Amino acid sequence: MMKTPEDVRAQGHEEALRELLLQLADDDFIVAYRGSEWLGLAPHIEEDVAFSSISQDTMGHATMYYQLLEDLGLGLANDLAHARKSDERRNAILLEEVNGPGHYLEEPRYDWAFAVVRHYFYTQAKKIRIDSLQASSYEPLSHVAIKVNTELYYHLMHWKTWFKQLVMIPGESKERMLSAVSRAMEDVDGILSLGPHEKKMAEAGFIEGEELLKKRWLHEIGAMLDECGIQVPLEPLMKRGNGRALEHTEDLTDAIDTLSAVYRQDPAAIW
Amino acid sequence: MTLVLNTVEEALENVKDPEIDSVSIIDLGMVEHVEVEEGKAYVALLPTFMGCPALEIIEKNVKNELLTIEGVQSVEVKFIYSPPWTSDRITPQGRERLKDFGIAPPPTQMEATGEWHVDCPYCGSTYTTMDNIFGPTACRSILYCKSCKNPFEAMKPVSTM
Repeated sequence: MMKTPEDVRAQGHEEALRELLLQLADDDFIVAYRGSEWLGLAPHIEEDVAFSSISQDTMGHATMYYQLLEDLGLGLANDLAHARKSDERRNAILLEEVNGPGHYLEEPRYDWAFAVVRHYFYTQAKKIRIDSLQASSYEPLSHVAIKVNTELYYHLMHWKTWFKQLVMIPGESKERMLSAVSRAMEDVDGILSLGPHEKKMAEAGFIEGEELLKKRWLHEIGAMLDECGIQVPLEPLMKRGNGRALEHTEDLTDAIDTLSAVYRQDPAAIW
Repeated sequence: MTLVLNTVEEALENVKDPEIDSVSIIDLGMVEHVEVEEGKAYVALLPTFMGCPALEIIEKNVKNELLTIEGVQSVEVKFIYSPPWTSDRITPQGRERLKDFGIAPPPTQMEATGEWHVDCPYCGSTYTTMDNIFGPTACRSILYCKSCKNPFEAMKPVSTM
């Protein structure tokens, strides 16, 4: 068990831990941002309350990971969240994708089916990672995982409910959900990937291996699709590249420009 | 020194939840550890929900409150994650004070399936329905009492299961 950053350094696992924490932080950070763009646009008022609450929790999770990175001496949490350019980010590409055509300030034509599928796929993957991280060899990370898990319970239940209900209503609802599933499947492997340092992360005992985690995800999603009577090929791909290896799209650059606007005006401001 | 420690612990009773001003951080079970050494007070708090914007306000209020105590020159407040905060840490007094505010305390027992139930904080009826598990703040849910026809909020049960 490694209790402090010094223990991690002494055992030569600093790079693997840094990469893992950046992935966890950047994933939650950008998906919380995309979620927050739905504020005022969700299908009904109760969903508006729920989705923004989930996004707020998720941003809180990102904060904890950035704090762990700060404790490792990699910069201030606030700077790590706002000041890094898109080519320094480790989030999966599927999570940076815009919510749909248009802009939340002007003619948003966001796709709710895509939102439900993306958040369900991601939250299920996050649950599997968090379950593994609760036994992490880095004690501060295992504590954070136990904390995240208490909140994640409600998030997963929420997205499962939406997914089940929308995918089982025949007609437009089911068609749009199935098309969102196929679309998400083309990049969801980027969420399941642990990137180029995967082996070292597993060797250090920070998290279990990628293959095992992916198998669990496929099992969970497969069971859900079976339950809903849906037959679609379960073949996660990474068509647009691997965000863990710093590959990204314009969507991320635009998002960072927007979300860091206030920070850039006054980097010392307290949030 | 013990006297100062006692005073510090008592003073924390004055630090209220900024969003529910009938309950203190002691009532909520957020205070995990208090220490006073040579005029330096150290308080370890358990955050309820991490994304809760009230955390920074609570930190500031703890500092302001403790600095008024004679014998305390500086205050350090730290949020720690272990043990994780769970809703069963809310004290019996805290549960009563939540009701005063119109918020039902979290259910003490959850079913094995994760299902839970709360009674109306106004009329005590058990005939309630869940409107939204997510509420106006991270820690609350929105419910409706079919008996007295009042909407009400409940503290979300949070556990490590």
